[in-house]
Amino acid sequence: MGSASSTLTQYDIEDVQEHCNNLFSQQEIVSLYQRFCQLDRTAKGFISAEEFLSVPEFAVNPLSQRLLKMVDGLNFKDFVIFLSAFSPKASMPQKIELIFKVYDSDYNGKVTFNDIMEEVLIKVMQEAGYSKDSSLLVDDFVKILDHPGLKMEVEVPVD
Amino acid sequence: MSKLTSSSSELDLDRPNIEDYLPPDSIPQPHAKLRLRDLLDISPTLTEAAGAIVDDSFTRCFKSNPPEPWNWNIYLFPLWCLGVVVRYGILFPGRVLVLTIGWIIFLSCYIPVHLLLTGHDKLRKRLERALVELICSFFVASWTGVVKYHGPRPCARPKQVFVANHTSMIDFIVLEQMTAFAVIMQKHPGWVGLLQSTILDSLGCIWFNRSEAKDREIVARKLREHVEGSDNNPLLIFPEGTCVNNQFTVMFKKGAFELGSTVCPIAIKYNKIFVDAFWNSKKQSFTTHLLQLMTSWAVVCDVWYLEPQNMKPGETAIEFAERVRDIISVRAGLKKVPWDGYLKYSRPSPKHRERKQQSFAESVLHRLEEK
Repeated sequence: MGSASSTLTQYDIEDVQEHCNNLFSQQEIVSLYQRFCQLDRTAKGFISAEEFLSVPEFAVNPLSQRLLKMVDGLNFKDFVIFLSAFSPKASMPQKIELIFKVYDSDYNGKVTFNDIMEEVLIKVMQEAGYSKDSSLLVDDFVKILDHPGLKMEVEVPVD
Repeated sequence: MSKLTSSSSELDLDRPNIEDYLPPDSIPQPHAKLRLRDLLDISPTLTEAAGAIVDDSFTRCFKSNPPEPWNWNIYLFPLWCLGVVVRYGILFPGRVLVLTIGWIIFLSCYIPVHLLLTGHDKLRKRLERALVELICSFFVASWTGVVKYHGPRPCARPKQVFVANHTSMIDFIVLEQMTAFAVIMQKHPGWVGLLQSTILDSLGCIWFNRSEAKDREIVARKLREHVEGSDNNPLLIFPEGTCVNNQFTVMFKKGAFELGSTVCPIAIKYNKIFVDAFWNSKKQSFTTHLLQLMTSWAVVCDVWYLEPQNMKPGETAIEFAERVRDIISVRAGLKKVPWDGYLKYSRPSPKHRERKQQSFAESVLHRLEEK
């Protein structure tokens, strides 16, 4: 499954499904592929930042710049793996890990005050006992965020 | 306060013991932890972004609908082949012939009228109008267009404009064969541009250029002048500003609604069974689009001339535009989408993003204050 213009074979679908740990059904993967090809207008096999930003709903989102760093240039398999955190079947730790990655803008496995830019957040962190030099790891995030109210799910339209 | 062992193997002295901040039921210290959770929890915004990646209402407006594939078996396949032969071999040449005859008649009448009757403006305009209606009828015939018009035919009165939803440039031709409108259009290159600068110009059409920033004021002025003129052709405006795929409507631009005149809505709906009339200007040139129409079976559509609307007291131009968009969408069975059609050509302005960021920050602060 090289370029996006080639059609998806059953083998490809199963391969992608295995890579995302069966978090999407085969029908959903086909729909995602159609969407991928729709966004990848020049059929390069990946979606460029420009093409993501041509979706107005995405471009006005406050997190778009951070997300762009994570999704720019992904091929279809990695695109599905990225979106699998939003499947209703994904585990809470997996979703929280994605939130952690969004915050960890320098990819060093730690979220420092440099990564979190909102001033309000810095203030509250200090109130909760974190100094300016402290950092959070994934497990800290899991402990803070893991609660039943956390809902991060997206529905893939299957026609 | 019990100190639980940390699950991380890394010994980081900077790191405060998070367990201290978890809400153990006995310890009354929920505030700091709840605040931290609310602030770090970006899941709603993240979900919105992922939702936009997976499916967004804007891209849906411009999706061409591929024709349903026939179930190819031993019986249908030859029928389909026969259909192709008929369409390309019999219908198409016939249509080209009809169109050529139409152009010959049109040009042989139009050129003399235009050049010789320069003194008698009223008569010349009337003849030119009739001739444009004629050539449009020839165009419609060349696609075997079956157009059903509902409602009272438009008449030329001062202080009124006509607005319609936009699917393709053929919208203009379909409407023009009934009434010679003056339309406001994007200036195109090629043979279409030539037609625009010669024939359509004489109808009083107005041109704009999307890419020029100052253009909007100039166009607004021209619109106002046209509407106020007494013997100008009735003005037709497509307020969506771009072609949309006849299943949705994008936001109407307010320019047509702040001229202080009556707005007469027109709804156009094409029957997709025969052909998908959506012109995806990014994918096809107009010539290719016309050829595609001329090799299909027919173009079937409905045109509804709806009740004229006036701005209600206390209504803004944008509210007026939305109200008319509602009327047209309901009549033609189209879904409304809250996006500006020009986003097809450019990205949302930084203003939009800042607005969203502001409401995001405000909701975070609000949650803080609630605790």
